[in-house]
Amino acid sequence: MRRASRDSWKESRQVKRKNLASATALVAASVLALSACGEAPEESGSGGGEAEGADYKACIVSDAGGWEDKSFNESAARGLEQAVEDLGIEEARAESQSDSDFAPNVDSMVAQGCNITMGVGFLLESALHEAAEANPDLHFGIVDSTFSDADGNVAELENGKPIIFNTAEASFLAGYLAAGMTETGTVATFGGIQIPSVTIFMDGFVDGVEQYNEDNDEDVTALGWNKDDQEGSFSGDFDNQSQGQALTEQFISQDADIIMPVAGPVGLGAASAAQEAEGTKIIWVDSDGYESTDYGDIVLTSVMKQIANAVEDTIAEDVNGNFSAEPYVGTLENEGVGLAPYHDFEGDVPAELDERIQELREQIISGELTVESPSTP
Amino acid sequence: MTETSPTGQTVPAAPVAASGEGIGSGTPQAPRPTLLRDIMSGSWLVSVLSIAVGLLAGAVLIAAADPDVQATLSYFFSRPADFFVAIWQTVSEAYLALFRGAVFDWQAQSVQRAIRPLTESLVASTPLILAGLGIALGFRSGLFNIGGQGQVILGAIFAGFFGYFLTLPAGVHMIIAVLAGIVGGAIWGGIAGYLKARTGANEVIVTIMLNSIAGYLIAYLLKQAWFRQTDSGNPQSRNVDDAASLFPLLPDPFRLNAGFLLAVLATIFVWWLLERSTLGFEFRAVGENPHAARTAGISVGRVTLIVMMIAGALAGLAGAAQVLGTEQRLTMGIGGSLGFDAITVALLGRSRPVGTFLAGLLFGAFKAGGYTMQAQTGTPIDIILVVQSVIVLLIAAPPLVRAIFRLPAPVGKGAR
Repeated sequence: MRRASRDSWKESRQVKRKNLASATALVAASVLALSACGEAPEESGSGGGEAEGADYKACIVSDAGGWEDKSFNESAARGLEQAVEDLGIEEARAESQSDSDFAPNVDSMVAQGCNITMGVGFLLESALHEAAEANPDLHFGIVDSTFSDADGNVAELENGKPIIFNTAEASFLAGYLAAGMTETGTVATFGGIQIPSVTIFMDGFVDGVEQYNEDNDEDVTALGWNKDDQEGSFSGDFDNQSQGQALTEQFISQDADIIMPVAGPVGLGAASAAQEAEGTKIIWVDSDGYESTDYGDIVLTSVMKQIANAVEDTIAEDVNGNFSAEPYVGTLENEGVGLAPYHDFEGDVPAELDERIQELREQIISGELTVESPSTP
Repeated sequence: MTETSPTGQTVPAAPVAASGEGIGSGTPQAPRPTLLRDIMSGSWLVSVLSIAVGLLAGAVLIAAADPDVQATLSYFFSRPADFFVAIWQTVSEAYLALFRGAVFDWQAQSVQRAIRPLTESLVASTPLILAGLGIALGFRSGLFNIGGQGQVILGAIFAGFFGYFLTLPAGVHMIIAVLAGIVGGAIWGGIAGYLKARTGANEVIVTIMLNSIAGYLIAYLLKQAWFRQTDSGNPQSRNVDDAASLFPLLPDPFRLNAGFLLAVLATIFVWWLLERSTLGFEFRAVGENPHAARTAGISVGRVTLIVMMIAGALAGLAGAAQVLGTEQRLTMGIGGSLGFDAITVALLGRSRPVGTFLAGLLFGAFKAGGYTMQAQTGTPIDIILVVQSVIVLLIAAPPLVRAIFRLPAPVGKGAR
């Protein structure tokens, strides 16, 4: 009696399970059917579209930030993408996860015969340097660093091209703009890690504020960086957004209303803190933050570093047989660095301030005014 | 005085118990197991099958991430063969590249290039073996040492600084720099051991905190010009003197160096320590049951301190091998994720010295092969991490593997 009921329970459970299984199968099949009904392509369509650069291979190795760092790795990868699209060349990419990955990644590029291997960031310098010396017939490039010898002095290689940026020129203009736009009389900046390619932004920014104070006899304070002592606020890495948020909240509590984070994705933390506080704006760096982040409505402007263009140009030159190891230095003059449009704040920036900034820009380009930084390349 | 906290004992129990099974299956007290049954319930079979399942899981992900496979799926019903051909091509290409990068590259242009992958695997496995041995020693003594990361960093700081700051004749300089690395790691491990022995502080918490301190310590030191010994503002130190570098085992283009010999020697040392020495017997006794060990007259506090110091020294040696062998300079990322990878190596090696050595070789091969796989086939490097994680997950749960493959439970110790 009891057994019978148990059996029937078991049976019903089996039936249920069967139903469930068939229902799952049905759903899976219909999903497949909906997604998989496309036409098969023609068989012979495989070899099309090979351009003249087909036997040229451009390769790129990231640092530990990876390709989606919303900063220089991403920009460099975009440069490679554009080159591949325009020139029809082959590509290979390797993402590094730690410092011990650099040398093997560069080596695997050399092993597969990359015509040019680009590395992103100063940490790749030694790996690229060694590979360049061991393979004089291949070309190499490094973004955001020069090549250096064992003591850290600049060294020149015949087959290695440094791609560097004099970002101080552009961040000087950003500092001037910030000083002109602040309502509280206090602006701020902070960096990710204290390295020359970061502090050069901060040097220019602080000098720009200083210039504004001199021109207008004002007293705008710039927090977060002391150019003379080369000391200031740093979040400690390029990953920890909450650290950027905490630093920004501190600046806001000290009355700062325009903040320039020079810390890659950590800047997103700064932006979210700025959004919380009414009237606080940020100045983005590297790319145009109005487009690359979700915080367009508080991005006053961006200090842009055209890494993608520089990478693409370097590859294009090499494909055309015009490789030169001479360093590429991005400046205001060659538009390797620059200030992004004001976007939403177009109407808020006073015309005379904007004119003065354009004037300063001309002066820097003509050499009448030099922006100095210990980190100038 | 040497109260051990309850969590401190239960946490390490898992790996110790898992490793204990290896012996259990082989003991002859069971009623005459057939040969087949013995093989099928053996712990090594579980390891092999875990690796197979890990690779299979990786294959699914490689196929899913590939644009060609995705493209052929969209017209699956009009020509299903394309879909399977695409999967086969993608997965086989990726794994062949993995093999070519880890063992032997038959597509290479020169003999040198062809045999280089194997030496690169040994290079990558050196720090994993050394740090893994440190973790394994802790497991066997009932200590869950998460602090490998900090100990590696301290070892690298000490070895690196002594490597470029001093000027000494070749040979002597190398030995002093290596010893400095051992001391650095031992100090960092010793702090955790001392706190646990003296105050009963949980070693898991203490070692994790010490990891953070070590990370910020190296960041701070690399900002100081007196420490870096270079003029450039980048946070990286001067190159280690040639006299202090671990000598190469093969001529120039190869990177294999004496660090690998250190790994072999350390494996023998840890085996001898655990299996043959009185001190090692005390370690294991404390690991099995600290209360019984105390009753038997073993000073649990003393054992805790010594174990943590030796574990730290081994991790410090891993850091020294990195900075004096392959990297040649200190950077903030010198430790990578070695300290955590070492935990998985020790788990896979079932906390046995030889097992850890073999597990280190395997993970080193994955690492070296991963570079080629990523660069030549565009397969995301994260797949390697997934494969490794699946392997360790399954190794840590032998019953799961037996359930998947319907293997019999091991005889002798009772099914679990």
